[in-house]
Parts: sequence; C-alpha cells; structure tokens
Amino acid sequence: MIEVENVYFTYPNGVKALKGVSLKIADGEFVAIMGQNGAGKTTLVKHFNGLLKPTKGRVLIDGVDTRQVSVAKLSRKVGFVFQNPDHQLFSETVEDEISFALKNFRFDEKIIRERVDWALNLLDLVQYRKVSPFMLSGGERKRVALASVLAWDPKIIILDEPTLGQDSYQKERLRQFIIQMNQQGKTVIIVTHDIEFVVECEPRVILMANGRIIADGETREILTDPELINRSSLILPEITQVFTNLNDLGFPRNVIGVYEAKRLILERINGRT
Amino acid sequence: MSIFDGLKFRNISSPIHRIDPRAKFIYVCVLFVIAVLFNQLIPLLILLFSQIPLVIIAKVKREWLRLIRGSIFFATLIFVMNVISLYFYGNYPSVAYIIEYSLAMTVRFIVLIESFSLFFLTTSPDMLGLSLEQIGVPYEFCFAFTTAIRFVPVLAEEAQTIIDAQRARGLELESGNFIRRVKNYIPILIPLIVNAIRRSLELAEAMESRAWGASEKRTNIYVLKMGKKDYLFILLSLAMLLASIYVWMYIKIPFLTQILQI
Repeated sequence: MIEVENVYFTYPNGVKALKGVSLKIADGEFVAIMGQNGAGKTTLVKHFNGLLKPTKGRVLIDGVDTRQVSVAKLSRKVGFVFQNPDHQLFSETVEDEISFALKNFRFDEKIIRERVDWALNLLDLVQYRKVSPFMLSGGERKRVALASVLAWDPKIIILDEPTLGQDSYQKERLRQFIIQMNQQGKTVIIVTHDIEFVVECEPRVILMANGRIIADGETREILTDPELINRSSLILPEITQVFTNLNDLGFPRNVIGVYEAKRLILERINGRT
Repeated sequence: MSIFDGLKFRNISSPIHRIDPRAKFIYVCVLFVIAVLFNQLIPLLILLFSQIPLVIIAKVKREWLRLIRGSIFFATLIFVMNVISLYFYGNYPSVAYIIEYSLAMTVRFIVLIESFSLFFLTTSPDMLGLSLEQIGVPYEFCFAFTTAIRFVPVLAEEAQTIIDAQRARGLELESGNFIRRVKNYIPILIPLIVNAIRRSLELAEAMESRAWGASEKRTNIYVLKMGKKDYLFILLSLAMLLASIYVWMYIKIPFLTQILQI
C-alpha cells in the first residue's frame, strides 16, 4: 500500500517538481502514470522507494514513512527499474549483474543461485548467462535490467518507460509479463508516454501535468477525454480517434480496444443488411 | 548546488569577466608561483586574502565560498599529514613551529584552489578555447578541451542518475570500512565511464556527419583582442611576481613562532 499525502518536492536547483500530490495505490493494483515531459512523473515514483524525500507532506509505504528508512531497506519491497539500462549495468556477466542486488540484500548463496536461474528463465536470458551485459543489444540490456530487479521478488514494481526502444514483439511480451506479475498479486506501476501500450493493458491511469495530478481513473474514462489528453500533451489512442471521427454516424466516442471496435462496426454492418 | 559550481563559469558581467583570458591566465600563474615560493604563513595569508576584493568585484562570492568550503576536507587532510610527517620525521624547533608550517601548507593549497576557482568562474569555456587557439594550439585540441568542460554538467547529472539506479538495487554507499567504501563506487564508475566513451563515439560520428574539419583553415566570429586594461593587468601581475621574487631573495620573512617567541 502506497500512500502519498499532499507531497511537495523542490529540487536543489529550485525547480518545483511536485506541488501537492495526494494518492493511494492499494496492494495488487496496476497503475500507469502518464503526462508530458517534466510533469513530475519520475519525481513522484522516485518517492516510492525513498530516492527522493518530500520537501513537504509524506509518503507511506505499508504505513512506514519513507523518511524513516533507508533506500536499501525500502527497495527490498519496492523494485525500481530505471529507464536507461546503461545507467545500471556494470558487471562482467549477466549472471553477476542479476546477483548484485541479491548480494546487497544479503540473501544466502543457495537462494541467490536459485533466484538468478529463475530470473534468467523468466526473461529468456539463459543463453546470455556468461555473456557481458555490454555485448547485448539495447532491448536485451533492458531485459537484463528488469531481471536484475525482479530477481529479489519485490512486492511493488516500478517501471520507468519500459517500452522505450522495444520492438512490437518485445512490447507484447512485456505486456503479458506485466499482466502476469500483476495477477500474481504484485503492485505494478509504469511511467510511460506510450498511450497505445497503456490502452492494451487497461490499467488505472493517473495523468499528471505541472507537478499535479489532473486525472485518476479507468483507462477508458481518462484516455478518451480529448480535453485531458490535450492538457498532458498526449494524442488520443488511434481507435478512439477513428471513433471520434465516426461520432456523427452514431458511434460512441469512448472506444479504446481493437476487438470492441471490430464488434461495434460488425454490429452496424450486420444491422444494415 | 554542488561544490563543483565553484569551478563552473558564471555568466555575469563584471570588470573581471571582461579581462582577456590570457591576461587572467598569466595572473593565475603568477599567484601559483608566489604561493610556491613562500612557505611562511604570513605571505601566504596575505595572498589568500588579497583575492577577496577581486572575487567581490567579479560578483561570484557565493560559488567561490562554496568551493572553498568544499575543499575543507582535503585542506584538513593536508594539515594532518604535514603535522604527522613533521612530528615523526622532521627536525623541528617546537610543536608550535610544526603547526605553523602545516597551516602554511594548508593555506597554500587553498590559495591554489581559490585562484583556480576565480579563473574558471569568470572565464567562459568558449573564450578559453578561443584564447588557446589564438596562442597557436591546434584547433583539434582546443575543441577537445572546450567540449570536455562543456560535458562536465552532463556527466554530473548522469552520475546522479546512476547513483539512484544502484541505490535502488540495494547499494549502500556509506556502509563498511574504507576499502569497502571505495569498492562501493565501482558500480557507479563503470556505467559512467562506459557511457562517456559511448557518448564520445556518438559525438564524433555526429560531428563528422556535419563536416567537422572539412576546411583546413577556419575563421572565428569572435577574435580576442588585448586592450589597454588587459596589458595593464598583465603588467600588474608581473610586477607582483617581481616584487615577490625580490622579497624572497633579499628579505628574510620570519615565522610567526619566531616573532611570538614560542
């Protein structure tokens, strides 16, 4: 359970990144945080594992104030996968990279080996076990970074721009993977610009602009609202654009899914004949 | 704001900012030489305080002070090392002498830092590159130099992100004994260096695709010209140097401990 209570955050250089954010994320929820560059998305999620501490207000993780515990301790519960894998890969082999955090958290040798095997399997990296992470492609490096966080099995998983630089096959795998984790009871929070990806996942959507939350609700409700979409510098999902244009033919505007769109169109065609 | 801001160019207008970089460079060199000439506390203290008016004229007091505050750690280290080595290995008249001598070495260090800081705070990297070019340094080197300076803030920001990413993986920088702590920095230094190399390769490709080095002889929009004030500044610096050399050769500067008889 993440509770954000009226949080303000100002960077040392004077930039006010968060201006009174309140939010509750229950266990097992799947949340997408969206908004334009500089809206405060990454700043907000960096509060969840204590990397940043609020200037005013407070953040509670399972009832514990983030100011009272170390980042290392919070990270045990809250796994954070950074946007750019190159900011964290440093080991000689993929295997060492994944075990780095496990060693930091002082897991047993035996458990470390099990967890590394598990994570390698999970992200389809077994063949790279002994390979240097620097030899891998961009998408593979991203998966290694993801594996290195999932390995310690955090309860809450934060993914910053997970779809960046991934081809559509990897994106689809990532989507299934996120949904699977979520079904296993993990809280998943993604920060993203990729509206089509969010539409396919249908999580709870939180829109941010200018350091504030401007909307919070169901994917369908938030991402089909032209006014809100505009305020956060996004573009309506493609299906919604089509249905907005078909509105004068009597189609609803708030359609986001491909299958739903197909059904509506087929119903109309069959209704006519 | 970090202590490194004390070495970063502050773009404001002041008489010190307007002095030709070459003239300022000569001044800094003179300060260096004088600081190394003397090992008594009194002249070094005079040197230390003589910078303050310049800093105030240049309107960079805050950044300058911050760097000095940031150098306290190394200053203390130098002081302690001097005291220890003199106490055990040197022959010395008294403990007070050791302390004065060590203090003098510390002040010398701060003088070097503060004059460096004043130079970089008031000289834009571009002007610096330009002046190097006009003294005849090949353009490739000047370009490499200015680019290196320009990338310092980028690297600093990247280092912060890497620190965050590794802390999120349970790395505790402040834990363990000395060796452990040094080792803690490996997960930060490796990505930083690898990314810097990657970035420099990308930069080289981007530059080449924009025809860098296509013409043998390039011209500049700005050309530095030494004015009367700049020559005067150089003259004053040289006069300072000559006066110091004179004092160093012919006048015996007493140690404070000798004056106070302790």
